[in-house]
Amino acid sequence: MRIIVCVKPVPDPRHWNRMSLHPTLKVLVREGIPNVVNPLDRHALEEALRIRERYGGEVMILSMAPLFSLSILREALAMGADRAVLLSDKAFAGSDTLATSHILSEAVKRIGPFDLILCGNQTIDGWTGHVGPQLSEFLGIEGISFVKMIEGFHFEEDGTAKAIVRKKTEGGYVRIEARLPLLLSVVKEINTPRYVTFSGILEAERKEIQVMSASDLRIDPSQVGLAGSPTKMADLFMPEVKRRREVVQEKPEMASKLIFEKIRQRGLI
Amino acid sequence: MKGEVWVYAESTERVLHEVSLEILSKGREIADSLGGSLSAVLVGRDLMDVAKELVSFGTDQVYWLEPPDSNFYPGVHVVEALTELVKEHDPDILLLGATSVGAELAPKLAARLKTGLSAHCNDLKIDEQGHLLQVVPAFGGGVLATIVCPEKRPQMATISPGVMKIRRNESRNGKILRREMPLNGKSRVKVLDSVKEERMEVSLEKAEIVIAGGWGVGNKENWQMLEDLAKLLGGAVGATRPPVDEGWAREYQMIGQSGKTVRPTLYMGFGISGMMHHMVGIQDSEFIIAVNTDPEAEIFKMCDFGVVGDLKEILPCLIQEIKKGRSEREGF
Ligand SMILES: Cc1cc2nc3c(=O)[nH]c(=O)nc-3n(C[C@H](O)[C@H](O)[C@H](O)COP(=O)(O)OP(=O)(O)OC[C@H]3O[C@@H](n4cnc5c(N)ncnc54)[C@H](O)[C@@H]3O)c2cc1C
Ligand SMILES: Nc1ncnc2c1ncn2[C@@H]1O[C@H](COP(=O)(O)O)[C@@H](O)[C@H]1O
Repeated sequence: MRIIVCVKPVPDPRHWNRMSLHPTLKVLVREGIPNVVNPLDRHALEEALRIRERYGGEVMILSMAPLFSLSILREALAMGADRAVLLSDKAFAGSDTLATSHILSEAVKRIGPFDLILCGNQTIDGWTGHVGPQLSEFLGIEGISFVKMIEGFHFEEDGTAKAIVRKKTEGGYVRIEARLPLLLSVVKEINTPRYVTFSGILEAERKEIQVMSASDLRIDPSQVGLAGSPTKMADLFMPEVKRRREVVQEKPEMASKLIFEKIRQRGLI
Repeated sequence: MKGEVWVYAESTERVLHEVSLEILSKGREIADSLGGSLSAVLVGRDLMDVAKELVSFGTDQVYWLEPPDSNFYPGVHVVEALTELVKEHDPDILLLGATSVGAELAPKLAARLKTGLSAHCNDLKIDEQGHLLQVVPAFGGGVLATIVCPEKRPQMATISPGVMKIRRNESRNGKILRREMPLNGKSRVKVLDSVKEERMEVSLEKAEIVIAGGWGVGNKENWQMLEDLAKLLGGAVGATRPPVDEGWAREYQMIGQSGKTVRPTLYMGFGISGMMHHMVGIQDSEFIIAVNTDPEAEIFKMCDFGVVGDLKEILPCLIQEIKKGRSEREGF
């Protein structure tokens, strides 16, 4: 099986409390905050590696990110992927999910035939969950989000194949049968990603990372970046808190009496 | 067309999802402020009753697409049918719930229509030019961004469940426009079956009282006290991420960015530090009480009433106090 895993470098959430909002420029100051592989993308990669272990084939990492993300891709390669493609160009900066998916789809068309594309269900920074479904649309294939289990694959005599997957829903899950090629966006229940080993890191040094620009992809710059993004950010702000903020320090008995009073005042006891 | 607001209405077993009613309520407000009309889009078989309910809820038009088979997957065929419908009528705004169905369908539809989409909005407003301002959480809700889609139409957004208030409208003379939706026989996806998993006794989103615990609860035995308190008050128990990871609480009990949004009359948080990831899920609670040993805990800046103290001591006392208070009132 040929599997493409979409990976996005994101600011490490453990350092988010150091992020601040620039008072006049209205941009996030994220200096010195290291990047990591988007957590759900590690689950997507893990699933791809398990499928390769079972059925053979190739696992390719695909990422659109600034050039300095090469080290993040090395980390993904160290987990066990075979090779990586990094899409990097100044023209890509400021792309919204529609433009990003368009760029990724053009790259997929050049990478060649695939059986499966795996994405994280959403990124932790932008938190949209759009790129998976939009990429499937641009490629003209079916895309399923919230996938919490791949039950297995059926290979038909005529060379086609089907996957049976479980998609998480509000009250449980639905079992879906879908023909390959297919795009799946996975949630964290799907697996526990493996740790990177030392030998994995050494091997990753030798693996190929192909860097492609807008012109390599023959992408019209007006279709991507800020110009090619229908959504714009009009404002960025911190949520405001309008609370009474009455804080007391009392012995447990007294504290309980005070809490009880508050509940009673609201007519709940 | 300017002021035409569309809402994708979801239903399961002919019951409308709450989030669809929430969005329709907001949609009505927006349509009225733009001097336009409100339409609902419905996809599924035998949904006449649901369509009528949408009309009585205050919807001006119901566009109902009826597939030949009830077990269809909302994949490419539905995207195509909806794209056609949208192109025909050119709505100004199209809103969907950020549900397992809506959060997958919306981006596909936006890609087909080459328009903008914002995700998990928790507020919608109209600016002076009549553009839709879409307020979305980023970086776990630590920051909010206002997204606009100035040129392309429709302006699309998915809305998080539980953040908009349901407002019933008196019934109007809405029209129901039904249309067959052919499903190309050779669909590439098929739903095999739907499986229901265990649910909570009092659903978290609907509970009037939410008792939530965090990492500070410390162990499963202490967690039981939260359950006892919730039972006593007729509330539901929620959690931050760590108790779910530790196995004291279940995944469906998690509140926050990656969990549920609650808006109870009373929220009580025990041993919770007040990280934005959690707080975004409770910010619309009417009254917030927090108990934490650390006087510097962030949650004290975001609560109505805070108690600096140890939950292990306060919980048993509070349970006693409530039992006592109740029996006094009931005269036992
Ligand atoms: C992308 C992303 C998404 C996330 N989504 C969510 C989400 O949806 N929901 C969520 O909750 N978290 C989420 N998290 C995790 C979140 O960042 C925090 O780690 C989490 O909310 C902290 O939970 P907590 O307050 O219980 O724990 P802590 O931050 O560890 O706080 C524990 C608190 O308990 C207090 N305490 C200790 N002992 C006692 C005692 N005996 N009595 C009273 N107080 C005591 C301590 O003073 C401390 O303030 C997410 C994280 C990321 C990166
Ligand atoms: N720039 C990118 N490069 C590669 N994959 C991406 C990129 N952005 C998003 N993805 C993939 O799409 C998923 C959903 O992202 P998002 O729509 O941003 O929440 C991620 O988990 C990745 O698998």
